[in-house]
Amino acid sequence: MSQALLDRLKKKFGDQITGAKSTNLDPWIEVAPPALADVCLYLRDEKDLRFNYLNCISGVDYLELDPKKAAKVDWQPHTEVVYHLWSLTHKHSLVLKVILPRWKGDVAGELPEVPSVAGIWPTADWHEREVFDLSGVRFIGHPALRRILCPEDWVGHPLRKDYEMPLEYHGIRGK
Amino acid sequence: MATDLGDPRIIEFDVRTDEMLVNMGPQHPSTHGVLRLVLRTDGEIVSEVTPHIGYLHRCAEKIGENLTPRQYIPYTDRMDYLAGMNMNLGWALTVEKLLKLELPEKAKHLRVIIAEMGRIASHLVGMGAYGLDLGSFSPFLYAFREREKILDLFEKACGARLTYSYLTVGGATHDLPPGWLQECEDFLTQLLPIIEEYHALLTTNAIFVRRTAAIGIMSAEQAIGYGTSGPVLRGSGVDWDLRRDGEERYTELYDGYAFEVIVQKNGHYPNDHKYPAVPGVAVLGDCWHRFYVRMLEVMQSIDIVRQAIDRYSRASGTHGIPVKLNEKLPKGEVYLETEAPRGQMGFYLVSDGTSIPWRVRARSSCFSNLCVTHELCRGCLIADVPAIVGSLDIVMGEIDR
Repeated sequence: MSQALLDRLKKKFGDQITGAKSTNLDPWIEVAPPALADVCLYLRDEKDLRFNYLNCISGVDYLELDPKKAAKVDWQPHTEVVYHLWSLTHKHSLVLKVILPRWKGDVAGELPEVPSVAGIWPTADWHEREVFDLSGVRFIGHPALRRILCPEDWVGHPLRKDYEMPLEYHGIRGK
Repeated sequence: MATDLGDPRIIEFDVRTDEMLVNMGPQHPSTHGVLRLVLRTDGEIVSEVTPHIGYLHRCAEKIGENLTPRQYIPYTDRMDYLAGMNMNLGWALTVEKLLKLELPEKAKHLRVIIAEMGRIASHLVGMGAYGLDLGSFSPFLYAFREREKILDLFEKACGARLTYSYLTVGGATHDLPPGWLQECEDFLTQLLPIIEEYHALLTTNAIFVRRTAAIGIMSAEQAIGYGTSGPVLRGSGVDWDLRRDGEERYTELYDGYAFEVIVQKNGHYPNDHKYPAVPGVAVLGDCWHRFYVRMLEVMQSIDIVRQAIDRYSRASGTHGIPVKLNEKLPKGEVYLETEAPRGQMGFYLVSDGTSIPWRVRARSSCFSNLCVTHELCRGCLIADVPAIVGSLDIVMGEIDR
């Protein structure tokens, strides 16, 4: 399934499919951020694919703060957004990944951007809010991108590897 | 009849209502924990519902980045604290998938017994609390009376009554104590007739039916699009249960078990001649159907536990295989979903090759189930909001993680 699908997507979207890893336990396909919404719509609506169920959107941050360990890792610092899809019709699953820079244009504090898929799977609305809240990714075209788990005035995105606990929050001592 | 302003009844038509924002929760008893709903109302009619969550947020995912998978087991207990066993199972299976562990037969059947007992306990609370939401107190007490017995059984097996940490990576922490199976079987025999009482108290109760039938109707398309799962998804007539349709690592536990997915097909639930008939006013996808699916799942779980006890007592092997507390994880990432009582609980584990995961992600079933609320509550009465939210059977510990 996975290899045939990958070839098909490559044929359809060309170099917007930036990579894939088939050796992982759950193979994944990497998509360039601008093409994400198109690829998702294609995956959902094509008759023999019908990925009509979005399980989960996760943000994964890649940054090693320890310089000793950082010298050994085989990746550059980046952020990933991972989409786990399922088709209830055909009972198959797929993992999509979008690789983003940690900061937009490498300006610290500018969140990386990715198109929203809330119009394709309504459940993405809340999941994207959660990823925005905790992992600090901005979803373009999201109806109301607000924090969902942390309070609205919270500073920072806790699941980023360089996140620091606030020392104080409304008179509550942190750390 | 001509309108006469002197008619005292005219005031009925002349009450001007304004739009009003009403806060429901976070301490409202019928919001199942700390859920805050902001209702935009006009008189009694709700035009918009905005859920606000996060009051119980502990960033369990961040905690997972600092502990080894086996140390993380107690934290999964605290996600869905009404079904701790099923949370343990979901996480343990995810880690085992990454480690490529194969469990002995006995451990698998033990897990089925425990997971299905957990499902019964959880659905009993769901049922009792739903009665409470709708203003009937007694079912709650009856439900807790039976759940108490399951907790006693769990206590005998692992020593804890709520946060078990019993099913762990590699199997379970202990084997079941001698005599446990008999006690469990006795309990199931005793529970069966009691379910009839619950049906009389709630399922067929005229007031209950009036409060739940044709309220909060969710179409199958909505249910799938919003990523709902478990009884909420099946209550809308979608034939999907991970125990049958999930990944092999999970479905192999249920290999060879006789059970049918509880969903209405061609107007019938499996074996529905044994249970109270669906009332004529109920519409597929409404609150009543979600409740009914849960009740039938209790019956089904009783049957599965019986089969599992039989297999467990004949199975070879041990209750688990030893896994080191700081077992080194192979590099890679895995995602696995299991059918927890409230829906599909998924865990996503990214490992960089050390014994501590790089990233842990918990996909909560109730989180996705709750995000459909604003669709279901549009245009309903204020009194129906607890009925709708209650029918989703949410646990805030799992939503906020």
